[in-house]
Amino acid sequence: MAMTRAARPLPALFADVLLCLALCLGMLGTAHAAIPKELILQLATGDSDEKIAAMGQIASSGDPAALPLLQAMADGRLQVLEEKQQVLLYNDAGEVTDAVTGAKLDPVPEGAEDITVNNRLRSALDGAMAALQLTAADTAVRLDAARNIKSSATPEMLPLIEKALQSEKDAAIRRLLLTTQASLQLSSDNVSTRLAAVKALAASGDSETKQLLLALLEKEGDTFKEPEAAVRAEAQKSIDDIDARLQMGEYAGMAFTGISLGSILLLAALGLAITYGLMGVINMAHGELIMIGAYATYLTQNLVRAYAPGLFEIYPLLAVPVSFMVAALVGVAMERLVIRHLYGRPLETLLATWGISLMLIQLVRSLFGAQNVPLENPAWLSGGVQVMSNLILPYNRIAIIVFAGLVVAGMALILTRTRLGLFVRAVTQNRNMASCVGVATPRVDTVAFGLGSGIAGLAGCALSQVGNVGPDLGQSYIIDSFMVVVLGGVGQLIGTVYAALGLGIINKLFEAQAGAVLAKIAVLVIIIVFIQKRPQGLFAVRGRFVEQ
Amino acid sequence: MLDKTLVTRIFGPKGWLGLALFAAITLVLVPILNLVVPEDSAFHLSTYWVTLIGKIMCYAIVALAMDLVWGYTGILSLGHGIFFALGGYAMGMYLMRAIGREGNYQSDLPDFMVFLNWKELPWYWVGTDSFLYCMALVVLVPGILALIFGYFAFRSRIKGVYFSIITQALTFAAMLLFFRNETGFGGNNGFTDFKRILGFPIAAPETRVALFAITALFLIGFLLLGRFIVTSKLGRVLNAIRDAESRVMFSGYNPLPYKLFIWVLSAVICGIAGALFVPQVGIINPSEMSPANSIEIAIWTAVGGRATLVGPLIGAGLIAGVKSWFTVAFPEYWLYFLGLIFILVTLYLPRGVVGLINKERA
Repeated sequence: MAMTRAARPLPALFADVLLCLALCLGMLGTAHAAIPKELILQLATGDSDEKIAAMGQIASSGDPAALPLLQAMADGRLQVLEEKQQVLLYNDAGEVTDAVTGAKLDPVPEGAEDITVNNRLRSALDGAMAALQLTAADTAVRLDAARNIKSSATPEMLPLIEKALQSEKDAAIRRLLLTTQASLQLSSDNVSTRLAAVKALAASGDSETKQLLLALLEKEGDTFKEPEAAVRAEAQKSIDDIDARLQMGEYAGMAFTGISLGSILLLAALGLAITYGLMGVINMAHGELIMIGAYATYLTQNLVRAYAPGLFEIYPLLAVPVSFMVAALVGVAMERLVIRHLYGRPLETLLATWGISLMLIQLVRSLFGAQNVPLENPAWLSGGVQVMSNLILPYNRIAIIVFAGLVVAGMALILTRTRLGLFVRAVTQNRNMASCVGVATPRVDTVAFGLGSGIAGLAGCALSQVGNVGPDLGQSYIIDSFMVVVLGGVGQLIGTVYAALGLGIINKLFEAQAGAVLAKIAVLVIIIVFIQKRPQGLFAVRGRFVEQ
Repeated sequence: MLDKTLVTRIFGPKGWLGLALFAAITLVLVPILNLVVPEDSAFHLSTYWVTLIGKIMCYAIVALAMDLVWGYTGILSLGHGIFFALGGYAMGMYLMRAIGREGNYQSDLPDFMVFLNWKELPWYWVGTDSFLYCMALVVLVPGILALIFGYFAFRSRIKGVYFSIITQALTFAAMLLFFRNETGFGGNNGFTDFKRILGFPIAAPETRVALFAITALFLIGFLLLGRFIVTSKLGRVLNAIRDAESRVMFSGYNPLPYKLFIWVLSAVICGIAGALFVPQVGIINPSEMSPANSIEIAIWTAVGGRATLVGPLIGAGLIAGVKSWFTVAFPEYWLYFLGLIFILVTLYLPRGVVGLINKERA
């Protein structure tokens, strides 16, 4: 924005400054006389239609006093004294002035009545005020105003919008204003204006505009709402254009949610890729380690809120190491106490870790209750960036995609560039041989299991920012994560990455067509069919193996 | 792998004696204690107990089916709940139709369909007013599903934990499917409020005892069938597949038909157990398909002792019995207890209770 502002010609800047000054002065309440008395009275005493018409005219006058007046009406600070034809304006301090003359009224005349603002009036008021704010100096205010006016514009505001367009340089605001202008011009009497408006609307990409255009094609009795055939044909073309754009937004949205789901699956499955893929341990409590990571984040949030409220904005970052450590410690304890004794007996490991998962679920239930616990996104993780009219990318989802990428990169580094990674790979390939050359395999097992568990904790930390956190959190991820690992192939990280993203996107594609449940079933069928062709998963370790 | 003493004891004269005793208790003693002995007598067995034991016997049948595939063939299924539930749903369809017009809406359609504003029965409900047709479904639906799934899974030599995980995903997906109202099986409420079976009022003590006795007969029948299979040549091949599948293949056997046979048989037995379970318990809903339920079946078998046939029956009785007491007495500790059982049994009791008894004797 600073760039555009700097590039503006100096006179325009001056005009802005002057306008701003004028507005400021207006707010001080010095220039009331400029709005005709009849209009103010119509605003105060007319029926709803008259009031709305008055608002339009007041707004289009562009008078500096207009905004404070309308604001006062919206805030319920306007009163009317019918017999004296007087409109009273209360300011924030409770002082009363005559809205027409601007003169201070002391004592306050008695018998004045409030002006009721119903919903219809309120939205018209919002529109009128937005029209006035279109020329504000602050880009954010102008953007807000342009958005507001889009939904509540009346034909009276057309001149104001045109005026705003002349000086407006911000592309997003211009686009909004042009759309609004065009949709207002649709009801113009001039055929060529309507034609131009319909053409201009083709550039818009939202479904409301589409509704406007569709309305033109409707029939009222025998005649079309839009009498001119040429305009109707153009409207149809514009509708097709908008449809294409909406479709594109939908596809892009689907791809994004697919990648987002894929990155969540990836985070959930990465830990498994270590414990199962590399070590061959079936950890059915993996989901519960994710859940513990999420609860660790919850505790971090509470601690930060209680003892260091200033750090609340960055609590998810503080929770990252905490959730890693907590889950890793639980994992190490599990490995030492139970899993260690079951190496080489995968089915037994499966049952024992299932038992651990049951106990962990119950433990969390006893400690925190069976209900979901409340987690709050910090400001920078809430909201989203609007890419198209029907495509908003939430910040927390974007953050998770980035986070998943970082975790994968970190894990790849650990496995390929560190001594620990070397040992883990050695033990994976040949446990006995690694032991023979002096690798302390039991220690490597423990550390590797702790690493996998810690990554599950990281997944929980990330998930806590997008979904509910409750004792059953892990159960919903365990099957999906195993599917990812099975599909990706054992012993290869890259397989896990491809499988997670692929499953995420396929899942969302089916979901759009057939609903969530059928999508899950379809994915399962796909996995079973896929395994027919590639029993070792996407990326199998090459070599000649035979069990036993 | 198993010690001879155990096998000979179960399949020897003592085994026959035990079986006869079991038959006498379930087929003669329980009916008499429940129906003939007056209610105020100390020896009266209430209908609550008859239903509870009947339910546990259904679980025992499932555990037996699990033992055939896991204990004897080494295929750990974590999705046996789906076959059990499908059998139960097939029976439930008949029971729903047998309600007739006595439902809340006095309609020919089951209540939940009226609730969904459906005007006629979906195609897969056609003919379910016939008891025999539904009994055919009890066998065929789990059987055919197991056949198709097993064929593709075993053909591509999916085994071990891979197979376990995929069966778990299967039952999970089915549970989601049955939770939907549109699937046409009553959504998450499932089927309940049954009135009668084959014209007999379903809550009457006589009907309950009859169902109990039929369950006992099936249990005995399946035990004998299992015994016949594991002692046959087929059983030897199954054992060999469990212990070293590759060597079995190198010896010229194709494991596929063997595994497929025992897998489908096990699924059908589960389906029948489900069909016996539903009229006694009076409800079937998709939670029977939850992965947790299926994995509990595996723990019944493990607690009792794998590859012993009677062990799983004892395991199912122990765990299900303790569960029905625990969940009433201290509901919040049940999961701790169950989890601990999972861990302790796998760590310290790899041969289960039967193995323990055997060790004491030896």
